[in-house]
Amino acid sequence: MRLINDNGPEAKSLMKARSWRYNPSTHFADKIFSNSTLIFAMIIVGILLSLVIVLAINAMPAINKFGFSFIGNSSWDAVRSVFGALPAIFGTLLSSAIGLLIAVPLSLGAAIFLVELAPLWLRGPASFVIEMLAAIPSVIIGLWGLFVLVPFVRKPIESWFGSKLGFLPLFQGPPFGVGFLAAGIILAIMVLPIITAMSRDAMRAVPDQQREAMLALGSTRWEMIRQSVLPNCRSGLVGAVILGLGRALGETMAVTMVIGNSYTISSSLFSPGSTIASKIANEFSEASSGVFVGSLMELALILFGITLVVNVIARVLLWRMTAVKGTME
Amino acid sequence: MSERVYLRRKWLNRIMLGLCGIAAASAIIMLALILGYTLARGIGAMNINFLISAAKPVGEVGGGMRNEIFGTFILVILGSVLAIPVGLMAGIFVSEFANPKVATAVRFAADILAGIPSIVVGVFAYAIVVQPMHSYSAISAGVALAIIMVPIVARTAEESLRLVPNSMREAALALGITRWRAVVGVIIPGALTGIMTGIMLAVARIAGETAPLIFTALGSQFGVQGLLKPIGALPLQIYHYALSPYRDQQQQAWAGAFLLILLVLGISILVRWISNRKHI
Repeated sequence: MRLINDNGPEAKSLMKARSWRYNPSTHFADKIFSNSTLIFAMIIVGILLSLVIVLAINAMPAINKFGFSFIGNSSWDAVRSVFGALPAIFGTLLSSAIGLLIAVPLSLGAAIFLVELAPLWLRGPASFVIEMLAAIPSVIIGLWGLFVLVPFVRKPIESWFGSKLGFLPLFQGPPFGVGFLAAGIILAIMVLPIITAMSRDAMRAVPDQQREAMLALGSTRWEMIRQSVLPNCRSGLVGAVILGLGRALGETMAVTMVIGNSYTISSSLFSPGSTIASKIANEFSEASSGVFVGSLMELALILFGITLVVNVIARVLLWRMTAVKGTME
Repeated sequence: MSERVYLRRKWLNRIMLGLCGIAAASAIIMLALILGYTLARGIGAMNINFLISAAKPVGEVGGGMRNEIFGTFILVILGSVLAIPVGLMAGIFVSEFANPKVATAVRFAADILAGIPSIVVGVFAYAIVVQPMHSYSAISAGVALAIIMVPIVARTAEESLRLVPNSMREAALALGITRWRAVVGVIIPGALTGIMTGIMLAVARIAGETAPLIFTALGSQFGVQGLLKPIGALPLQIYHYALSPYRDQQQQAWAGAFLLILLVLGISILVRWISNRKHI
């Protein structure tokens, strides 16, 4: 018997004939219902579009006054009404980079452990525990960071690196505790569960035949992981990491509480700083003049733009992976 | 020669697998540390006054977060009332009525909306609600939380609706009922567990959101005064008290964190339990 290919023309026409998607009802009440669901769905698209438009309109005072120099300027002076975004953009990128640098190896390792190594009875509970970490509100992570992590970063970590490697610009300056390093560690904790869960799903989607074939050739388990599992889900893993990056860039509360909130650019990881999100969180309720509010709106617009690009890339990668998986099944 | 190669491969295998185990263990230990510490400090700071009395002025010892707990309750309900209809209907549209291209577009929009930082959503709510009304308000915070909630509800609703087998749709139509009756009477009940878990997860998420509340809800020293006035919220008060120099307020921040963790993790564990039960 000839099997009908899932993606072949026959299957498609069969699906079309059976699906009510392609055969809209002519019944009056049905039309009202399906069109009202359409309206609600369009609300989602509308929110997204109006977000861009509203932020842009509100940012106009700053855009008109500063133009492109807003991005390159590093002062934030409410008295003289001169605002620039550079330290915030710098802080956002630096803290996220530190966060990913710590989180990516840990979460990939944890995902490999969960998919390939853990005994069956442990997989469920271990996944559950890591996913719980994702559910903890960021203000609580921030509270923990402020009272537990920051003193820990100040005393053993920063003073040790400062005394041993203090000749590097990376580790210069007084150990405040609060700063880019603390923010990066907090971000690592916050994106770890997301990256772990997404890359675990990606690895799980690799068919078992791939593993068995590799083992049958006499490979060790690590070689099997390295040469058949990881290459097979590469786009899924990259998607997971980029999704984590998107989360890290926009994370607000926990970072605001541990980054120290000084508007500086420094080559030292120990230096206090700001991110776009923390700047908005700190200054918004104090903003008085139109240009001040406009500058914060423009910061929000920049953050929106960065996370939009990052998220689109992540989604495309993750979707491509599920599409590949779909054709293999 | 080959002996050495084998040995190297064997040791590389052991080392790399060991590192993976260490990574998983450290992730779990990290969670245990955060959770354990917060719960321990929180339960130490928790007392009955915290739950039933209002905040005292700065410098006075005592007082609690009664108003903020109530405020969070109101904000979550506001957000849910605004978001659930939109999310559910959008989910129905994508799963049942949209042609594939439109469905992909809406799904993509929902995913992108879910990825927007919550602080940006707060700024947006400030611009469209607070500015025109010239006042911080509970309703503006509700709008911000709803925008965060909508994509979660929409995506989970859509996914659970799609899991309802097509034979159910055909069976319903074969009875001669209209499609909207089939959706409301047959398909939604079939997907109800999934839809409910999605809503609960979204509630857990917005209950702990702080960033969008800073310049929408603002916080209030006078308790809950209606939807058009500023309102306090538990996560917001935790934030303010955490940065306070007064030890008593810091203690209250820990107690608040304890309560918030119980709420959020309680919902997550409940959701997990419900969806596991479905599979058995």
